Amino acid sequence: MIRETPEISAGSMADIAFLLLIFFLVTTTMDVDSGIVRKLPPPLDKNVTPPKIIKRNIYTVLINSADMILITVKGQEPKPGNIKTLRRDVKEFLRPHYPDNPNFPEVEDMTLEINGKKVPYHKSKGIVSMQNDRGTSYKIYIHVQNELAGAVRELRDELAQQYYGMTFKELLKSDEKAAKQIQKAVPMAISEAEPADFGGSK
Amino acid sequence: MSKFKKDGKKKLPAISTASLPDIIFMLLFFFMVATVMREVELKVRVTAPDASEVQKLEDKSLVSPIYIGKPTKALQAKWGDEDRIQLNDAFAEVNEIRPYVEEKIAKIAEYKRKKHMISMKVDENAKMGIVTDVKQELRKANALKINYSTRKGFDAKK
Repeated sequence: MIRETPEISAGSMADIAFLLLIFFLVTTTMDVDSGIVRKLPPPLDKNVTPPKIIKRNIYTVLINSADMILITVKGQEPKPGNIKTLRRDVKEFLRPHYPDNPNFPEVEDMTLEINGKKVPYHKSKGIVSMQNDRGTSYKIYIHVQNELAGAVRELRDELAQQYYGMTFKELLKSDEKAAKQIQKAVPMAISEAEPADFGGSK
Repeated sequence: MSKFKKDGKKKLPAISTASLPDIIFMLLFFFMVATVMREVELKVRVTAPDASEVQKLEDKSLVSPIYIGKPTKALQAKWGDEDRIQLNDAFAEVNEIRPYVEEKIAKIAEYKRKKHMISMKVDENAKMGIVTDVKQELRKANALKINYSTRKGFDAKK
């Protein structure tokens, strides 16, 4: 007669699983990296002179080592900037003004292809130039970057809403080609000056 | 006697723990799937600044982090409390960034190299001087796609 083998106790199974669980809890992280994506300009070529940009097209944001913001636009006295109104001001500056208005950047004619139809559009040539000191804190730098990115994103949203009835982000998911058009019409016109020291060091 | 009268002496039956391992296994699998292995031990303290215009980074294998911040309390005695750069598991100088980037790019399959991105994990109290130095070095190394790592939740109107 064959004896039945005794059943193996599964009582400690839970403990083993617990050990594994705790191991994974300790050695892994869950954080998904997120942040502001930017593209750096390629290294400067000494043989190439940078293109001249008309003063009227530039909106200069200066941040000094005391984290204070100074805004310079052609035809206006430099004035202290405020992070609260920065997004609104930049949006106003970058929004194309047609017909040509000397208080705002130049506009350039272009055509957008929307659902197969050609639509004329006036693209703003405005550029936001950002300069900071070595003593500027990273926090305020990111906040300004954030507001500038926000201004461009909102302008893109407005255009996407006007022609496609959705936000730019939604458009990017559903119709990449159309989104590229919007991107072309409202470029991420943020430039960072070559590093320089000004306004005293830390 | 009533049929339904409770017998006071009877004890509650013990709850079966037979399915406990299954529950724990479920938790285990959840964590195995939802998390990634920790890559480096942080030697600098990094509190990311807050922002609202954030994008999620898709593929972690294409992202190389650069940490900048003050050394942690335990390391401050030896390394001081100036902002420092951390690459991999060690403190580094600015001139070590280029070899670091090249090494990271070499590890990525060729057709994906265009998507390689540097994630700047910088403490919010760091000064821009060191960040600018790193950015200049990245430009020289031709690693132009960067990401400023941030937390969510900034609202300029507040």
